[in-house]
Formats: sequence, C-alpha cells, structure tokens
Amino acid sequence: MKAYALYKKDIHSELRTRYAINSLAMFIVVAISVILFSIGNEQISQSLTAGLFWVVIFFSAMSGLARVFVSEEERGTSLTLHLIAAPSTIYSGKLLYNLILVFCMNIAIAILYSALFNAFIIRNFGLFALSLFAGNIGLAVSSTTIAAIISKANAKGTLFPVLAFPILLPLILILVQLTSLSNQGAAFSDAFFELAILICYDVIMLTGSYMLFDFIWKD
Amino acid sequence: MERLVVLHLNLGKYEMIWKIFLFILLAFVLVAGIAFPIVPHPHSWYEFPFIQGLGENAKIIFFHVPTAWLASVAFLMSTIYSIKYLRKKNLDDDAKSYAANQLGIIFCILATVTGAVWARFAWGSFWSWDPRQTSIFALLLIYGAWFALRSSIEQEDKRATLSAVYSIIAFLTVPFFIFIMPRIMLGLHPGAEEVENGKVVQSSSPVINFQMNGNMLFIFFLSLIGFTILYFWMWKLGYKTIILKEKINKNHIRE
Repeated sequence: MKAYALYKKDIHSELRTRYAINSLAMFIVVAISVILFSIGNEQISQSLTAGLFWVVIFFSAMSGLARVFVSEEERGTSLTLHLIAAPSTIYSGKLLYNLILVFCMNIAIAILYSALFNAFIIRNFGLFALSLFAGNIGLAVSSTTIAAIISKANAKGTLFPVLAFPILLPLILILVQLTSLSNQGAAFSDAFFELAILICYDVIMLTGSYMLFDFIWKD
Repeated sequence: MERLVVLHLNLGKYEMIWKIFLFILLAFVLVAGIAFPIVPHPHSWYEFPFIQGLGENAKIIFFHVPTAWLASVAFLMSTIYSIKYLRKKNLDDDAKSYAANQLGIIFCILATVTGAVWARFAWGSFWSWDPRQTSIFALLLIYGAWFALRSSIEQEDKRATLSAVYSIIAFLTVPFFIFIMPRIMLGLHPGAEEVENGKVVQSSSPVINFQMNGNMLFIFFLSLIGFTILYFWMWKLGYKTIILKEKINKNHIRE
C-alpha cells in the first residue's frame, strides 16, 4: 500500500502545478505538427505512418518520463524516500505513476494521430489496443529504470534518450511491426509471434528492473 | 612505487612463449587470408573455392567475422564482470568490465566499418539494415551510451554500480534482437535465414547460402582463435593498467 501512497503523493504534487503534464501535452502537439508540416500535401504510405506514430510516442516519452526520479533529486527529497520505504516499494510507486502517465499520453497521441493522418486507419482495433497496452507497459518499465539511473548522473536531460534508446529499440521495432499489421487488418493469428515477443519483453524487463533497482537506489 | 609496477606487469612464466605463438599464428592468418588464391576447383591445401557472386570479396570473412565476434565477446564479458561487481563490490571487477568495453567498442567500430565497405562492393550500398547490421548498430549504440553514462558520474563506486546495472539491462535486450530481426527485414549476410510464408527457411541465393570448404574453414577458425587470444592479452594489459593507475592515484593522494 505504501507504493500506492507514493503514487498518490506524486499525482498530488503534479496536479498542484501541472508543470509536467502541460509541457508534455505541448510537446505532443508540437511533435505531431512538425510531422504534419513536413509531410505537407504528400500522400504517405500506411507503414510510414505506423513508424511515425512510434517516433512521436518515443520522443514524448523521453521528454516526460524522466521526471519521476529527477524531480526527487532536484528537490532533494530522495533521502527522505530512502528512509520511509524499501527500494522495491519506491520502484512500484514510481512505476505506477509512469504507467498512468504513459497510458494517458499514448491514448491522447493515438486519438490525435488517427484524427489528423488520413492514411492511419486502424483495421484490427483489438490487435492495436492489445499491442498499445503491452507496449505501454514495456515503455513505462524501461523508462522508469533508466530514469532512476540518470537521476544519479550529471547531464540528466541529454543522457536519458541516449541511454533509453538501445533498451527501447527492440520494443519499438516490434511495436512498429504490430501497428502496421493492425493497420493492414491482419488477424490475431498472424501477429501471434510479435505479441508473444512483446509480452516476453515486458516480463523480462519488469523482472530485471525489480532485481537491479536495489543496486541503483542504494548508493 | 616502482616495485608495485614491476610486480603487476610480470604477467606469467610462459608469457614469452605465448607472445611468439600468437605472433606466428596471426602472421600466418594474415598472409593466408590475403594471399591464398581463389580458384574454381581447389586441389591444393592453399587454394580457396570460388563463390558465385563473391569472388575475392569472400576473403573478408577472415578479418571481419573475428572483429564482430570479439565485439560480442567483450559485451558478454563486461556483463559477467558487471554481475560479479554487483555481488562482491570489488572495484577490480569494474576495471575488468571497463577494459572489456574499451576493447569492445574498438572491435565494434572495426566490424561496422569493414562490413560497410565490404557491403558497398557485395551488395551495392554501404548500409542496408540487414538484421546483423542492425544488431551491430544497436551494439554500437549500447557501447556509446555506456561510455556516456560513465563519463557523467564522478564518484567512483556510484559510477561502477550504475554502469554495471546498465550493462546488465542492455544485455537483457539481446535475445529480442535475435528473434525479432529476421521477421522484420531480409537477411543479406552469408548464412542468413529468410522468412517465407511465416516460416524461417534457408535462403536459396548462392551468396547467402555458401559453404566454406575445408581449408577455408581451417584458416577461418585459426583466425578466430588468434584474434581471441589477442583480445584476451589486450584485455589483461588493459585492466591491469587501469587498476595500477587507480593505485598510483591513491598513493599520490596519501602522500
């Protein structure tokens, strides 16, 4: 339950200022409009829209998800956290907060994106929703762990995408593949292999993160 | 101070024999790999078979594959020493992992560059996102990120812990590359597998599906062994130098 309390504390302190949520929303709008401007009147293919969709999500995640741990270091409250809870509890609380953030962010991006891009038509909605769901979990888990690592380093802002990209690369490759499959209207049986790999990624990263977080958190 | 240095650089009794053996081995591999002729029907022990579509280009296998192999070995070793470090908290293990990664990034760049130059002549373009090219690129990114992380932390034990953790997390992604890559893009490398109607099959192209004959395979394995010994020797020198530097720095501070 301490994890839930930690999550509630993060939500409350976020809603008080709405600093991160506002800037994240603006970042999403900016990223999508840059892509729209660069496309212009060009007709782009369906597989390209699937790739660009995950480009927007990746960079939005990179701009928003590092804050959970970085803000604790900036405010100097990480020592207090050390005192009140075990490392795994802290990780759970932070992960819960990032999960909610990623889900809100990606649903917003998906709605905006399918409204603004004519070529982005989801033909198998169940597959798309399932891959987005599992992908969000993977994205949140890996980003939370990397955020914990960079919160202890200098040059936090630039380091986060650099460290996160190699870890997220297999996830993004699978998700691009799955999104273009669901845009083509493929059946679940065609995408079974990709879905299995996606769920494996989530499970392995979650296990690895819980095992390694103790070392990151305890100096 | 000097006694300390002498003590640590005395690598072992049979060091000279190893050095001479390695010199002869690598010299032979170098000469054999470059100079042995390629003929349509090899008879003598020093002749290589002609491969349709590759010709003389096939000889890169003696130098390119060992570099890619060592890049992966270095990655594996740095992961093993990272786990060791997290268990025992001994900074020597961190030095070993650091030395392995230093060599790993060198071999990774070598493999990428030699592969790209070869691809220009064999496939027509420097880069074509073949599964193995993508994997080596991901490995290069991991090495780059690892050094970026390391250079941004000043405190010694913190740096060692965090870079060890990152090494292990990066290693966890390796199986996904192995499984997902052949599904997404076509293999162009010799020995690559293709996906046809959802099944992984051996490719039918002669370049991809080529077989080395006996003496080619022999030189190839000699080259692998030679480069691996060279790697371990360089790695040992590397980590001993790092540990010594640390010791000398600490002695300076004490004095």
